Amino acid sequence: MTLAEKILARASGRSRVEPHEIVVADVDLAMSHENADLVRKAFLEIGVPRVWDPEKIVIIFDHRIPAESEKTAATHKAVREFVQQQGIRHFYDVGRGGICHQVLAENGHVQPGMVVVGTDSHTTTHGAFGAFATGTGATEMAGVWAEGKLWFKVPSTIRIEVEGAFAPWVSAKDLILWIIGRLGAAGADYRAVEFDGSAIRRMTLASRMVLCNLSMEMGAKVAFTPVLEIGPDPEAEYEQTLHVNLDYDIPEPQVACPHSVDNVRPVSALADVPVHQAVLGSCTNGRLEDLEVAATILAGRRVHPQTRLILIPASQRVYLDAMRLGYLATLVEAGAIVNPPGCGPCVGVHQGILAAGEICISSTNRNFIGRMGSKDSFVYLASPAVVAASAVAGRIIHPEIVMAKENAHV
Amino acid sequence: MSDSSAALRGRVAAVLGPNIDTDVIYPGRYLNITDREKTAEHLFELAYPEIRSRIRPGDFIVAAANFGCGSSREQAAAALKFSGCGAVIAASFARIFFRNAINLGLPAIISPTAAAECREGDELEVDLVAGEIHDLSRNITIAAAPLDPRAIELIRAGGLIPYLKAKHAAPAAG
Repeated sequence: MTLAEKILARASGRSRVEPHEIVVADVDLAMSHENADLVRKAFLEIGVPRVWDPEKIVIIFDHRIPAESEKTAATHKAVREFVQQQGIRHFYDVGRGGICHQVLAENGHVQPGMVVVGTDSHTTTHGAFGAFATGTGATEMAGVWAEGKLWFKVPSTIRIEVEGAFAPWVSAKDLILWIIGRLGAAGADYRAVEFDGSAIRRMTLASRMVLCNLSMEMGAKVAFTPVLEIGPDPEAEYEQTLHVNLDYDIPEPQVACPHSVDNVRPVSALADVPVHQAVLGSCTNGRLEDLEVAATILAGRRVHPQTRLILIPASQRVYLDAMRLGYLATLVEAGAIVNPPGCGPCVGVHQGILAAGEICISSTNRNFIGRMGSKDSFVYLASPAVVAASAVAGRIIHPEIVMAKENAHV
Repeated sequence: MSDSSAALRGRVAAVLGPNIDTDVIYPGRYLNITDREKTAEHLFELAYPEIRSRIRPGDFIVAAANFGCGSSREQAAAALKFSGCGAVIAASFARIFFRNAINLGLPAIISPTAAAECREGDELEVDLVAGEIHDLSRNITIAAAPLDPRAIELIRAGGLIPYLKAKHAAPAAG
C-alpha cells in the first residue's frame, strides 16, 4: 500500500484499502483557525452538547490578528468563550501562536501516521510529518467535532522522485512551482502525492513543509515527504511516477505569474516586471530559513525606493528566533516592515492590500484575481530569495544579479 | 428537490471557464461573514459581479474543469446556494469545494462536456440519479456522472447539519 492507503486502512480499522474506495476514518487531530466560529455555529445546530474529544481539537487564530474590525473581534470573542466551555486546551490566541500550520508543527501536535483534518486548504503541509492531512469545510468539521469521524475516498497516489542538487538560489519553492507548472492546477486533484528521492531526503523539514503545503495548489488531497516511522510498502502501486532532476530540470528560480499558480516561468523569462510590494511570509514560506535567506540578500543593501517589503514571521517562535539571530535587525535596517505572525495580506484582508495596477512579488501560495486586494492588481509567486532580491532591485530578478552588486539598485 | 424526484430544472445563469477559484467565487475579505445567507451578497463580486443578479431560484452555474479550486472557504458554496443557484455543473471540481457544496445541500454535478454544450439562458433538466442533463432549449442530452447515493442522501436532508441533527435526535434509529 502507498502511505495514504496505509494510514487510511489503519484509521478505518481495515487491513487493506484500495484507491477510490470510500472509508470512514477516525480523526486524530482537528484544527481550525478563525473559521472555528463557523464550525461552532454549525456544531451548535447539530445539537450535540459536547465535542467528541477536546484534546484532539486545536484552534489557532491567524487570518485576522489582531482583530482588524469589530466584526472579527466579536468572532474571536465567541470562539474564546466556546473553547472555555468545551475544555479545548489547545487554543493559540493572539500573541501565543502564529500561522496555524507552523504552530501545529512547532508544538508537536502532528505525529506520523495520524489522520489530521483542518478547516484550511493548506493542511496538506503536515504530510511533511508523515500525517494524512487534508482540508475540509466548516460544516464538515462540525460533524468531526460531533463524531470524531469523516469519510474519505481513498486517493490514488502520484509518486515524485527528485534527484540532483539545487543550483545557487534555487529552493524547495522553485521545485514545487516547477512541478505545479508541469502537472497543472488540477494535476493532482483528489490524489495523494508522495515525494521521495535523494534531493528530498537532504532537505530541511521547513523545506519539506513547502512541498506538502503547495501540493494543494495542484489539487492534492494529501502530500507526503519521507519520515522514519512510517512509509509506503515496497510493492505499493502508483498511478504515475514523475522523475525530476534538479540539475537539469530546474537550473534557475521559478515564478508563478498572474493569475494562476500553474502559470510558471523561469525568472530569467521575466524582464522588467516592476515590483511595488514584496511580501515574505505565509504558511508556505515564512519560516526561519526563509527570513535567513532574505537577511543574507538584504544585508548591507536597501529596499528599492519604489518598493515596499513586508515581512511576516510564521509564528511567535520564528519571530523571536529571527530577532535573536539578528535577521530582523538586518531586514528592518534595509527598509522592511514587520507584520505580526499570521496570514498578513495573503488572504486579502489587511496588512498590505494592493491597489489597482500594483504588482506584488510574494512568497505566499496564491495569485488568483483579487487575492491580495484590487481585482486589477497582480501577484507573482516566488521563493523568499527571489522576493528579497526583487525588493532590492524594484523589479523581478534572479538573486545572483543582486548579489553580484554591492548595495546598488540594480 | 422533492423526495420523490431526483430531477432539477432551471436555466443556465452563466457558463464559465476552467479553474474558477474560490477567491473569484467569494473574496477573502468577506470571510468574517459567518451568516450563511449574507454571503450571497458577495458572490463573484470581483471578477463577475453581473452573474449574481442574473441568478433566479433554481438556476445553474455551468463551468469547465477544476471549479472551486483554492481555499477551503465554505462561503464559496454558501454564496452560490443562497444566491438561489440550484446546482453547479462542472467538468470537474476541486475536492474541498465539492464536499462543501454537498454538505450544504447544493448539488455539484460532474459533466465533462456541459460547459462546451450549454449556452447561457438554456433551460436544463438535470437528473442527479441517472446522471443526465437534458438541455430543453437545444433538445440535446448531455452526459453527467450520477451523484453518489450518499451525496444524494445529504442533499435530500438539506445538507450535513440537518442530516446529523436528525440522526442525533433519534439515536435509536441511527
